[in-house]
Amino acid sequence: MKLDEFFVTGDPLIYGADVSIILSMIGVVFVLTKYKKWGWLWKEWLTTVDHKKLGIMYILSAVLMLFRGGVDALLMRAQLTMPETEFLDSTHYNEIFTTHGTIMIIFMAMPFLIGLMNVVVPLQIGARDVAYPFLNAVSFWTFFMGAMLFNISFVIGGSPGAGWTSYVPLAGNELSPGPGQNYYLLGLQVAGIGTLLTGINFLVTILKMRAPGMTLMRMPMFTWSSAITCIIIIFAFPVLTVALALMTLDRIFGTHFFTMVDGGMPMLWANLFWLWGHPEVYIVILPAFGIFSEVISTFSRKNLFGYKAMVYSMVIIAALSFVVWVHHFFTMGADASVNSFFSVTTMAISIPTGVKVFNWLFTMYKGRIKINTAMLWSLAFIPNFVIGGVTGVMLAMAAADYQYHNTYFLVAHFHYVLISGTVFACFSGLYYWYPKLFNHKLNETLGKWSFWLFMIGFNVCFFPMYFLGFAGMPRRVHTYAEGSGWFELNAVASVGGVMMGIGFVILVYNIYYSIRYEPRLTTGDPWDARNLEWATPSPVPYYNFAKIPEVRGLDEFWRMKKEGKKDLDLKKDKLEPIHMPDYSGVPVIMSTFLFISGFGLVFEWIWMGVAGAIGVVITMIMRSFDPDEGYHVEVEEIKEIEEHVRREEA
Amino acid sequence: MGHTETIDPNKPLEYQTEKSRLNILGFWIFLGAEVALFATLFATYFVLTGRLADGPGPGELFEIKGVLIETFILLTSSFTCGIAIHEMRRGSKKGLMIWFGLTLLLGLGFLYFEIEEFIHYVHEGATIQTSAYWSSFFTLLGTHGAHVSLGIGWMIMILIQVARHGLNTTTTRKAFIISLYWHFLDVVWIFIFTGVYLMGMVM
Repeated sequence: MKLDEFFVTGDPLIYGADVSIILSMIGVVFVLTKYKKWGWLWKEWLTTVDHKKLGIMYILSAVLMLFRGGVDALLMRAQLTMPETEFLDSTHYNEIFTTHGTIMIIFMAMPFLIGLMNVVVPLQIGARDVAYPFLNAVSFWTFFMGAMLFNISFVIGGSPGAGWTSYVPLAGNELSPGPGQNYYLLGLQVAGIGTLLTGINFLVTILKMRAPGMTLMRMPMFTWSSAITCIIIIFAFPVLTVALALMTLDRIFGTHFFTMVDGGMPMLWANLFWLWGHPEVYIVILPAFGIFSEVISTFSRKNLFGYKAMVYSMVIIAALSFVVWVHHFFTMGADASVNSFFSVTTMAISIPTGVKVFNWLFTMYKGRIKINTAMLWSLAFIPNFVIGGVTGVMLAMAAADYQYHNTYFLVAHFHYVLISGTVFACFSGLYYWYPKLFNHKLNETLGKWSFWLFMIGFNVCFFPMYFLGFAGMPRRVHTYAEGSGWFELNAVASVGGVMMGIGFVILVYNIYYSIRYEPRLTTGDPWDARNLEWATPSPVPYYNFAKIPEVRGLDEFWRMKKEGKKDLDLKKDKLEPIHMPDYSGVPVIMSTFLFISGFGLVFEWIWMGVAGAIGVVITMIMRSFDPDEGYHVEVEEIKEIEEHVRREEA
Repeated sequence: MGHTETIDPNKPLEYQTEKSRLNILGFWIFLGAEVALFATLFATYFVLTGRLADGPGPGELFEIKGVLIETFILLTSSFTCGIAIHEMRRGSKKGLMIWFGLTLLLGLGFLYFEIEEFIHYVHEGATIQTSAYWSSFFTLLGTHGAHVSLGIGWMIMILIQVARHGLNTTTTRKAFIISLYWHFLDVVWIFIFTGVYLMGMVM
């Protein structure tokens, strides 16, 4: 392979990206060296197994990926604003919508929510960490390396361009030659390992590590949603693993699973992909439902309406999520009875979802509602998500879907559910739980600016797309003719896109601004909230709870406050030494070998793939022989820490 | 973690610490994910059955003798693996090592016959590239075989640790978990034997 095939060349946009990547890498190295922070980075972050730090790294990575995916989106809007624009050629446009979709779902939405799960779930159930802290670090680093592997594609080797669904034969060797599609396969494969491990880890954590007295039906709603999400992950992700592996075999080793010749079956890919892909959209929406439940209940100062109905409806949604996948390809030749079945199951999902919407509304009914940025994101979710849901039911009708299929109507629909569901939840959760991590709030004025810009921009951007769909504009086209009549609505949509971009920039600036100027909090409970995560001081000591709380019912922390009980009385309470796990460098090293192995396979350098795999096995063996006994935090040290954080609070 | 390190002497050694109980439960759940993985591979295999292109079909190539030997060896290895855990619970380090050793030999024997069988098919003109059917055949069985190979390497590592440290809460937990894995591979093989070989020979 020649060097100019290895690096992507010939496009000024890519050269700009090259330069900015190199400059920012030099910048990072310079800052770390100048302030002698390499040791700190390794000891405090790269080797950490602390769920709170891993959560922060997840969220940070997700925000970076949101930036990357957002830039992709704005490039697409720039191209589509006017008819017959020649800003991006068709190949480049294909690559951009492919990376946009893949990054937003796999490397932005999921890690953002998993990051919040990391931060919140152990605190909410009164645990000192997750069940397997080491494995949790492996999860993060495999996700991170998978994301990096996918992202370098646009400067080294070229990006995938067959859509995030990567249907064959388009994604096969004949029509998508070169390393681009391999990046998709290997990047997702590496990150998928981490997701599966997270699913197992958090399910066991929630099942087995709850504080005494916290029965299943006393768990906070976000913990419930996380548990159900984990179950979906455990049964859906192996399907993706297999589907990706089969396509990798097709592309690199010449098998015939999805090929057009020698008995291959392209429709098999569509089925396997969506058999994972539909549960996947519930993996990114159920935790969002959990976040809205927490935020709405806290700021309505009421307990959640219909707690049991909330739990059962999530269980039903999870079960139905595995039997609706064919609705993604009603038009691809299944007979009427098959389409009818999947049409009915799809529409059935709207019932438990509707139950949840009413429960949120009734939670607010007669509540003393406090409006702030976290609550605004949750409030905006309800009407916007309903629009997305109702258009979803329209799409679910198989006969009508022949009209909507592959038009901008569909694009509008899934952005309405994914942005107003998942993205709004991520932002709501970020504003809500941020003080727990950093002991200061995010600025409210900037927060509201970013909210209104983003929320209005979102509607300006995507609402016209429903009508573009009705007017017949197909998705995934890089330009359209002047006489098509699609110009005006496209121009409006682009304005909305820019507004969302500005909203995002303000949100990021808000983090910087708040770190510098927001007053430090004097309490671990700035929102007067209801669940146990707020019983801890902020920032949370690394062992979370000096004394594990006893739970007597729903909203335990609220009850404690009502009764005037303190979570910890240093004079009376008898403390015991706390056992904590050791930090470890193995996860980041192991994941680096996975990256190397994946990179080798992308370029079909089998020797490199094998070498990386051997590295993975060796690090696993090293881990197995590591005694991993952890250490004990002595009572004296706990007292010292607690006195310190609580004196500041008093 | 932070759970207190209380030892519960009424339970078997591998279940005595909180950490062990968590790890064993987590591994059961992982096996649940493995079931989903193999179920997908089986589904793929059944969907692609009969899609032979111009290649040979399974009925022409399958030979009951080799398959029966493989099945017999692997089922026996599950039995010896069970006895190893029984010995472990009796507190016999030697018993555990001997029966795990036997399990390893049987596992290697299984691999030998499976590779032999694959080589035979390749000579007869059925490779992973021949047709969709053979792609799915070799991928399903190859995934199972790769699991067995991994299990062999894993079991050797556990044996070394048992030899070094004897039977304690950690080593018994690790031995117990690899035994769960080994039995699982046996269960998968029963489905392969029925779904792939017996059905393949009938067709």
